[in-house]
Amino acid sequence: MINIAIIILGIVMIFSAIYAFRTKKIINSIIASGAISLIVSVIFIILSAPDVAMTEASIGSGLTTIVFLFALGKARSKIDSKGGKDD
Amino acid sequence: MIRTVLIYATLILMVIIFFPLLSEIKPLSQLNPLAKRYVEDSTKNLNSPNIVTSIVVTYRGLDTLGEVTVLFLATTGIGFLIKRRKKNGEKGAFQASEILQTGSLFLFPIIILFGTYIFLHGHLTPGGGFQGGVLIASASVLLIMANVNIKLNHTVLHFIESLSGFLYVIIGTIGLFLLGSFLDPKFLPLGKFGSLFSAGAIPIIYSLIGLKVGAELTNIVDSLRAEGMEDEK
Amino acid sequence: MILTTVLGFILIILGIWGMLTQKNLFKMVIGFSILDSGIHLVIVSLGYIKDKTAPIIDSDILANNASSQVVDPIPSALVLTAIVIGLAVTALMLTYIIQLVNTHNFDSKNMKDPLSITSYEELKW
Repeated sequence: MINIAIIILGIVMIFSAIYAFRTKKIINSIIASGAISLIVSVIFIILSAPDVAMTEASIGSGLTTIVFLFALGKARSKIDSKGGKDD
Repeated sequence: MIRTVLIYATLILMVIIFFPLLSEIKPLSQLNPLAKRYVEDSTKNLNSPNIVTSIVVTYRGLDTLGEVTVLFLATTGIGFLIKRRKKNGEKGAFQASEILQTGSLFLFPIIILFGTYIFLHGHLTPGGGFQGGVLIASASVLLIMANVNIKLNHTVLHFIESLSGFLYVIIGTIGLFLLGSFLDPKFLPLGKFGSLFSAGAIPIIYSLIGLKVGAELTNIVDSLRAEGMEDEK
Repeated sequence: MILTTVLGFILIILGIWGMLTQKNLFKMVIGFSILDSGIHLVIVSLGYIKDKTAPIIDSDILANNASSQVVDPIPSALVLTAIVIGLAVTALMLTYIIQLVNTHNFDSKNMKDPLSITSYEELKW
């Protein structure tokens, strides 16, 4: 039973990893990588490691996503202020 | 063309490397002797219910010290590479509504309190200094995102960060002098099993780690926040 | 659990594939972060023991033999620090991206995408 759950989570994880690299928009791939971290933290709960699951859920899918988005916004604003091509 | 071939050849080589590793793995049926010793020693001599915490803080305390050092160096590198913005106001920045600003100011101390709760109970429940520090950092993320013009006081952040790192090393040295091994938390009374003031100095050390991690991650996020117009050049 | 170990290795391969094939700087860093998650998954799954609980002792577990009822706590402790270091290293890489974009001379050639690695030819040989 738990194996089926892990297989389903793994399929979702692999497809979101492929989606993260195949999509055109960077924001989509950032959110997909956050979703991968969230699924990994669920698997940590199944592996009975609650400490690691808490850390991965808060750092991997929370703060890393925020840091990525902030960095993306900062890079965009630098490109715009230099008069480069905006997309 | 040759690039693509090289990339996929590398990936196939990685698979060939990983496959024998994977076939060699045998599932554990019982703890190995080191883990067994940690579990028994942590419940008998250290009075700490959460064994992961006692490994992180005590048995592998030097690893954690090195990890905090790596975090400090990364923060220093980020602060070195990104100049802080001089100007306060931003042109064209999205201004949050009154409700959002007031609500974020209301929620900020509550999230800080929750982070403090998590790292104070690090030796009793899942969680600890790293998770509590991340919660404190996320409270400041809320504050930064809701109030665009807010300016964090970097003197206070650097003070908290350096003070907690300094006290961490000091407590480790006290253990070295009194008990003969660095970061030995048993110089404080061990208390009753499962109560808040137990397990020697583990709650103090983990709280210091939590404060340090929280201050450093707040610094990272504040360095990376988007700025409006470039005014220095 | 062997299944999660396989999953971790698949994530590692996917992360390396992304780092090698992507042109966008942000997507390369995302590949690194996926590789990181895969390594954490492999390490934690090596410490799993079937039908045992998390390494947090309460009175029920303490009444019996504690060391025969919990999973291996050492991989958890190692991964705990590795996750935090992963965040710090990711933030440092993103800072390098911002500095690359900041110091890039946009006027020199026909404007390509400034977030693409092919725009940076200063160190090419």
